[in-house]
Amino acid sequence: MSVTIAPIAAPDRRPRATLRGRLQHLVPKLVLAPSFLLVLIFVYGFNLWTVFLSFTNSKAFASFTLIGFANYEKLWNWTFEADPPSSWYTAIVNIGIFGGLYIVFCLVLGLTLAILLDQKIRGEGMLRPIYLYPLALSFIVTGTAWKLFLDPGIGLEKAVHDWGWTSFKFDWVVNPSMMIYCVAIAGIWQTSGFVMAMFLAGLRGVDGEILKAAQIDGASTYATYRRIVIPIMRPVFLSAIIVLAHMAIKSYDLVLSVTGKNPGGAAELPSTFMYSYTFTRNQMGVGSTSAVIMLMTVAAIMVPYLYSELREKRQ
Amino acid sequence: MSAVDLSAVPPRRMRTSQSVITRVVIYGLLIFFAMIYLVPLIVMVMTSLKPLDEVTGGNMFALPKSPSFASWIRAWGEASIGVSDTAGISGYFMNSIKMVVPAVLISTLLGALNGYVLTKWRFPGHKLVFGMMLFACFIPFQSVIIPMAVILGLLGRIGNQLIDATGVSFGFGNPTVNLVLCHVVYGLGFTTLFFRNYYEAFPTELVKAAMIDGADFFQIFRRVLLPNSMPIIIVTVIYQFTNIWNDFLFGSTFAAGDQSPMTVALNNLVNTSTGVVEYNVNMAAAIIAAAPTLFVYVVAGRYFVRGLMAGAVKG
Repeated sequence: MSVTIAPIAAPDRRPRATLRGRLQHLVPKLVLAPSFLLVLIFVYGFNLWTVFLSFTNSKAFASFTLIGFANYEKLWNWTFEADPPSSWYTAIVNIGIFGGLYIVFCLVLGLTLAILLDQKIRGEGMLRPIYLYPLALSFIVTGTAWKLFLDPGIGLEKAVHDWGWTSFKFDWVVNPSMMIYCVAIAGIWQTSGFVMAMFLAGLRGVDGEILKAAQIDGASTYATYRRIVIPIMRPVFLSAIIVLAHMAIKSYDLVLSVTGKNPGGAAELPSTFMYSYTFTRNQMGVGSTSAVIMLMTVAAIMVPYLYSELREKRQ
Repeated sequence: MSAVDLSAVPPRRMRTSQSVITRVVIYGLLIFFAMIYLVPLIVMVMTSLKPLDEVTGGNMFALPKSPSFASWIRAWGEASIGVSDTAGISGYFMNSIKMVVPAVLISTLLGALNGYVLTKWRFPGHKLVFGMMLFACFIPFQSVIIPMAVILGLLGRIGNQLIDATGVSFGFGNPTVNLVLCHVVYGLGFTTLFFRNYYEAFPTELVKAAMIDGADFFQIFRRVLLPNSMPIIIVTVIYQFTNIWNDFLFGSTFAAGDQSPMTVALNNLVNTSTGVVEYNVNMAAAIIAAAPTLFVYVVAGRYFVRGLMAGAVKG
């Protein structure tokens, strides 16, 4: 019996084997497909949808009536409406102030701390976590803490008064024209430790032989860092600036929590502008236009960077 | 003298008084900065342990005269939050946990599978797929939030009809389910990135050997890769946990009232405009909101930092 089955079974087995093989071949793609599909729809599809909305006259609800570039023209005109400042003008000015301070101070503080920590410090293991822990906090917690800390009635100003310096004045957190600086302070406090960690990793990666050679040549510590170490770390600077820039553009919760829901729109940023125009002022068309501008800005920063990162690996 | 390699070149007698001063300055600066990073947390904790009159009347840097956890108990179970009927933040804390646990598990598992496919089962175009998923990490959520609101509204209507028809919504329209969906979709880029970079370095020979031994796609994943993935699983889980727990934008947009996650409730509590501002209760609530992520940071700081770095510098 086995003899008769064998020839029948044999041709049967071969196509089944290839079918199984073909299925095996498909499995990886089938596994990846749901994730890729989700990203395709929820990221790229939704982005396109938002782009579409930016060309419509959507108010409280999405509309399909196309109005060309009218929303973009509106925002373009608002960009120059300085007196009295339009919300968008305020948002642009504020993102300049906030983003500039945030990036510069995070870099300076991060690099300084990293260089100081790299001097064979005893107790580095204790200090490093202290600089980094704010990263574990949510921006809402950070904002809540700093709002109390900077509150002139019970915080820093009052404490300094208690200590005897009664003319000391620090009311930025309740002063509409200075609020955005408080947001920057809280942001720098939260993120500079992260930049420190990036720089520290970069410093630890610098070849010790080069430093020794510089030392033997009689270079001072300052010259060694200035001429050798910092230039070597150029890629780390680039990464840090890109990460910080994109975090600055996305900042949203920090503004709300430091300022107490952004009273009067004094600390408006593009992110809060988008939110209030879309969800409270019922001008979804304008809101989505500002979202598209944010997206384009982030893409202009991230796409070349990611492209070069992925390309480098190929070589 | 150079501080770059004090231990390397200069012999002991070269350690002049100048280098001692340099060391003192370095340590002084490091400790000064450590204080700056710690002070807001210390003030937060001290404020939460004081009675209200001591907060509003006293110096914020003064130690509490008779520390008590009364504010903590009030924050947890009694404080009124916004317009909601629920007293205290305990319910919102649970909302966050119900959201975080499934979102972290699902996004990590999918990320692991994606990383596995993208490194060990490559297909033409794998780089493009990865690049597209990577860019998804960095989009400003403002550019997807309107379509997301429309889609979640649609799911909510489906849920209502399901309730009419069957009595059960099957999770459609449930705010927690909605937030899990958001966090899984927009976390996929990061989890995929983590696992892809980790599996990139994983010896392909081992995968090939298992294949020759007849192991299929899932067997290789389960028996060969997963047992060796512990470090990256920890990194990913911590990263996702921190990000999702700390999220505010999605939480505040897609979950209202009693269904809000912790960060949203904290922001509402702090910015409640009715009655006396109970700073001590606010601070206690902020500490409770920060506790889970801080705990993770303290327990597994090393992995925490590694995740941040992997998310920033694509190695």
